Amino acid sequence: MLTITVLAIAVVAAAGFWLGYGPMRRMELLQEPGARTERLHSRPVYHGLFIAAWVGIPSLLLVVLWLMMQGSVLDWLLLNSLPADELARLSDDQKQVLLNEIRTLAQGNQLPGEPAAYVLEAAERLNRWRITAGWAMFVSALSLALAGMALARRRISRFFRARQAVERVMDGIMLACAGVAVFTTVGIIISLLFEALRFFAKVPVTEFLFGLRWEPQIAMRADQVAGSGAFGMIPVFTGTLLISAIALAISVPIGLLSAIYLVEYSSSRFRAFVKPLLEFLAGIPTVVYGFFAVLTVAPALKAFGEAIGLPVAPNSALAAGSVMGIMLIPFISSLSDDALAAVPMALREGSIGLGATKAETIRRVLVPAALPGIMAGVLLAASRAIGETMIVVMAAGIIATLTLNPFEAVTTVTVQIVSLLIGDTAFDNPKTLAAFALGLVLFLVTLGLNVLSMHIVKKYREQYD
Amino acid sequence: MSTEPNATGMKPLEAAEAEEAMREVLAGEGVADAASELAPGVPEPETLAEGQMEGDPAVAEPACNQDCKIITRHVNVFYGDKQAIFDVSLDIPDRAVMALIGPSGCGKSTFLRCLNRMNDIIDICRVEGDIRLEGVDIYSGEIDPVLLRARVGMVFQKPNPFPKSIYENVAYGPRIHGLAKDRTELDEIVETSLRKAALWDEVKDRLHAPGTGLSGGQQQRLCIARAIATRPEVILMDEPASALDPIATARIEELIDELKQNYCIVIVTHSMQQAARVSDRTAFFHLGRLVEEGPTEQVFTNPREKRTQDYITGRFG
Ligand SMILES: Nc1ncnc2c1ncn2[C@@H]1O[C@H](COP(=O)(O)OP(=O)(O)OP(=O)(O)O)[C@@H](O)[C@H]1O
Ligand SMILES: [Mg+2]
Repeated sequence: MLTITVLAIAVVAAAGFWLGYGPMRRMELLQEPGARTERLHSRPVYHGLFIAAWVGIPSLLLVVLWLMMQGSVLDWLLLNSLPADELARLSDDQKQVLLNEIRTLAQGNQLPGEPAAYVLEAAERLNRWRITAGWAMFVSALSLALAGMALARRRISRFFRARQAVERVMDGIMLACAGVAVFTTVGIIISLLFEALRFFAKVPVTEFLFGLRWEPQIAMRADQVAGSGAFGMIPVFTGTLLISAIALAISVPIGLLSAIYLVEYSSSRFRAFVKPLLEFLAGIPTVVYGFFAVLTVAPALKAFGEAIGLPVAPNSALAAGSVMGIMLIPFISSLSDDALAAVPMALREGSIGLGATKAETIRRVLVPAALPGIMAGVLLAASRAIGETMIVVMAAGIIATLTLNPFEAVTTVTVQIVSLLIGDTAFDNPKTLAAFALGLVLFLVTLGLNVLSMHIVKKYREQYD
Repeated sequence: MSTEPNATGMKPLEAAEAEEAMREVLAGEGVADAASELAPGVPEPETLAEGQMEGDPAVAEPACNQDCKIITRHVNVFYGDKQAIFDVSLDIPDRAVMALIGPSGCGKSTFLRCLNRMNDIIDICRVEGDIRLEGVDIYSGEIDPVLLRARVGMVFQKPNPFPKSIYENVAYGPRIHGLAKDRTELDEIVETSLRKAALWDEVKDRLHAPGTGLSGGQQQRLCIARAIATRPEVILMDEPASALDPIATARIEELIDELKQNYCIVIVTHSMQQAARVSDRTAFFHLGRLVEEGPTEQVFTNPREKRTQDYITGRFG
């Protein structure tokens, strides 16, 4: 039914387009080439688009709304149609279960056991209602489309400013698209916040924020009083910071210097060859980096540590961090490369023309001028480092140790979130809810990082640009 | 070269070149084979002009009666396969202003950029010929191009201030070359340079505001201040006044007049009046060739070449 409805709307919209385009086109062909007065205000295409927009947009919106509402309206109707005495015995949760059963039956699936007669009846009724609802949607959407066409057609005339009207429709569509992104973000934040609040009802905020021990496994045991387990995020967080710092310490210099080399020194043929290769690094799945960290880098580091008498854990922060650093190189080099290449040639000439060497020009003029772009790259890399999961799951470890020693095993926020959510635990368990609290903090940290860098870039810009 | 007195009125190099040119003229060949090949219609007057300028003191007074700062001989410049400058030989006197004029695209900027090897940083650009600064070939290994550019400063056609503060823009060269011992000296250099470029009064209260926030004309004066702060011996100016109002232009022209007491200045300009006002000698370029060079007054009042006359009187270009 949905497909038919959308197709019908498309057909009416196409008809509406011709209804606007055709007569206006004929009128346009009739007008004298040189005439200034009595010309169409807008080209015929705009008249057509105007009608099509009036046909398509309201009716499609109606369809979307309808689909969003239909489920709950039908549920409500269904509940009200059930025998009142049966309903009275059920709690709210049980009502939901009953509705689920009815829906399953309505789809033609079997239920374990023999359902009651009134349930079977309700399933049948649901099916009938669904068909009716489908037709009702079709009819109302189509009539809205036709009404839109009629209304829009009446406004079309030689003087009608269809061009501006279409412009406004485009504005609206773009605003709606931007709105989708914003609403999604807001939705994510709200759901995170909601679950995190439930967590903080069980575990005090202060303990979570300042606790030095992270042992969520303890709270899993049924006899344990929830909240008395160790949910201190500090060791997990230092783990994330340690690994991110290692990764950035490797990727920022390598990425930036390779970008400078590619833009300022290499021949264009070399650049054309190497730049895609570098960007190819970004396309390698992180699992593969994880293999590399576990199978190659970690053993090598361990062997190296043994050779010089340093105790290196088999899963060290350094192994995970350095491999992550390699993964991040393309983010930094690619964005820095673009930023450096965008610095006008005139600035290079100005500096060289004053007797500066190439290196002086790069350090004193090009890098400062490209700093906003470079910062963007570093920031992107930092966000990736903080949010990266796969490499650390594979190479860093799962035990939260509070340490800044890169040769020890540490764990990170993302690893903990994954391990907290794996397995069958109810969603009101503090262990599971802790994942949302961690997620919230992670989100806040990345947000803070974004704000900070925006601030730096802006300050820098104010000073110089 | 300036140590040697001009007893003969010609440097050894010049004499040799002149002789060669004369021989070629006598042999009925163009001075530059490329020239006669590429412009088969007009080889004769051009050959003559070149010959006169270079070798025949009786016809044209050679530039280097005064001491010459820069001597160029048979300079050809190519962008890839495309030749932009054809066999240009030009002497640029010290403590004087040389104006380069000519229609757009005739190679003035290209020629100017040869004089401090700015063309090096354009990959496809190739320079042939002999260019000497005080007798030393600047394209030989003897001169470090970086130091050369400190000696031969440049103001570009489009203002290109760095995205730094006004102060830092002017202090850029002095800092790099260590011209100031301490902050006070640097402040002094910045102030005098800005004063000379007629910008000081407008910016003295906001020296630490961004240089890119100035108006186009102010930016150009900032670039001039930046160039003179490095204390070059030669200043190349590529249309320094094209974005300036008449008042600022007058100030820049005063500055040029003042600078020429101590410096050698080469200026590209599209304004005939400006060339006439500020320059001592004028060179007219057309289609990558040097058509005529001489004392400004003579070039403007009594040009030897018809093309020069046409250009100056506004009949083309
Ligand atoms: N970077 C470059 N690459 C290729 N060709 C160039 C380049 N720069 C200049 N040219 C060519 O060289 C010729 C001379 O250019 P040039 O900039 O020297 O002219 P100009 O006399 O300074 O002109 P204008 O008065 O417009 O500044 C032109 O034909 C131009 O197209
Ligand atoms: Mg030019």
